[in-house]
Amino acid sequence: MRLPCARAFVVPVLLFAALELYARTVGRDSDALAPPSAAVAAFWRALADGSLLAGTGFTLGSAALGLLLGGGLGVLLGIVLGLSPRAARISFLSVEVLRPMPSVALIPLAMLVYGFGLRMELAVVAFATFWPLLILSQAATRQVEPQLLEVAQALGLSPAARIAKIVLPAIVPRLFVALRLGVTIALVVAVTVEIAANPHGMGYAMSLAQQSLDPAGMLAWLLWIGVIGYGLNALTLRLQLAVARRMGGSVGQAT
Amino acid sequence: MTRTRGAAVESLALLLALIALWWVATHGQWVSRVFVPTPEATLESLAQGLGLVAGGGDSAGMLAGFTAATTGRMLAGWLLASALGVALGALIGASDTARAWLQPTLEFIRPLPASAVMPLAISIFGLSASMVLAVVAFGAMWPVLLATVHGLASVHPRLREVSAALQLSRRQVVWKIGLPNALPDILAGMRLSMTVSLIVSVVGEMIASQPGLGQAVLLAARAFRASELFAGIVLLGAIGFVSNAALAAVERRLLRWQRP
Repeated sequence: MRLPCARAFVVPVLLFAALELYARTVGRDSDALAPPSAAVAAFWRALADGSLLAGTGFTLGSAALGLLLGGGLGVLLGIVLGLSPRAARISFLSVEVLRPMPSVALIPLAMLVYGFGLRMELAVVAFATFWPLLILSQAATRQVEPQLLEVAQALGLSPAARIAKIVLPAIVPRLFVALRLGVTIALVVAVTVEIAANPHGMGYAMSLAQQSLDPAGMLAWLLWIGVIGYGLNALTLRLQLAVARRMGGSVGQAT
Repeated sequence: MTRTRGAAVESLALLLALIALWWVATHGQWVSRVFVPTPEATLESLAQGLGLVAGGGDSAGMLAGFTAATTGRMLAGWLLASALGVALGALIGASDTARAWLQPTLEFIRPLPASAVMPLAISIFGLSASMVLAVVAFGAMWPVLLATVHGLASVHPRLREVSAALQLSRRQVVWKIGLPNALPDILAGMRLSMTVSLIVSVVGEMIASQPGLGQAVLLAARAFRASELFAGIVLLGAIGFVSNAALAAVERRLLRWQRP
């Protein structure tokens, strides 16, 4: 166990050492690259002056809110489409036409409607997370044991009660798989919106460092975004596996 | 047959109903026309932009060229990413040692948003078309690369034994057993990477002001030309739809041997 753990760090450490060496010798006057040690110093400076916390908070906050909004609506509609084959048939074409729309195409529209700030980022993240969660929760609902639904019918449950008491508990493990995908998409889209347009958050901080010829700051933000992405992925994977262990192992693999 | 045709008609009816709702919402002033143009205005801008009808001022006929530019960028980046991804993935996946040393690093880079690399690429390559292409290829490479590594690593032990018994060289193992085994994974990865390519191409055009639909929609929004903005969004949606459908068809064809 100890050896593979150590081995995971060998390649990154070598890469950073090579970059350090390059940036301190050949690329000393470069505006593009900075030695990793300078990036670490820039990271501490950003941490000390609060810009790190503010940027990270804005990005994660708008990603989470957007996911809650878009993903929540997606799951609700997905359950309805999963329960009713007729509704799924009728909406098939509309979903297939709207779904492949690249979410970034909506950045200018969101900018026009909401201006810069939280709401435009929220709108784009919500649109981007809506479709995958719709598709995944629809697929999950279709795989609910038919017997469970028959029980619900025999008990004469109302549609709302049927969803809350039978369907939702049955698809929870799969919902956590969908959640993991949703979290990844939300973070990617949030950072993208900030790099492309919105002057807030981690993406903007990174662009700003690049534009003010501060390669150390840029590298620090890039690595920090990488750490956040990796951390969120690891966290949601653990959550997904823990839920799968407790509530049914069929989706326990790390997909 | 009548059943599927009935479903298709119903499906089309809902789509038309949504467009009708859009018409009513804009004509009834439920939403401001500054933000959301009427369907007719969008269609008109689309036709003018594509050069199908006369008019449209200085942007007449520009959208067709922008669409071609964005599609070309997306396809070039995607092909580059697929080739690089399969090649690197085969190199890494064929060797247990390489996998053990490199996989953790690859897993770390994978969740990194592709567009986050763009500022770094700008400072290295400048605001150029090749910068955008490099970022598209870099961002779209990961799904293919990781799928190839995974596909090669998951070759059935029985097949490994067969190749050992046949004394196949490592290259033969990769070509004859590994890559065919990884093909479903690779195709799924390539589909995902097509989506990534389109997104990163559009973002790249927005940031680096390269000619294309990304730049066109951004400029239309800044100038409050909502109908041109919507025409661009419709075209981007069409690119996404067509490329996705085409790849799905190719995938079904190539994987026919897999189904019982």
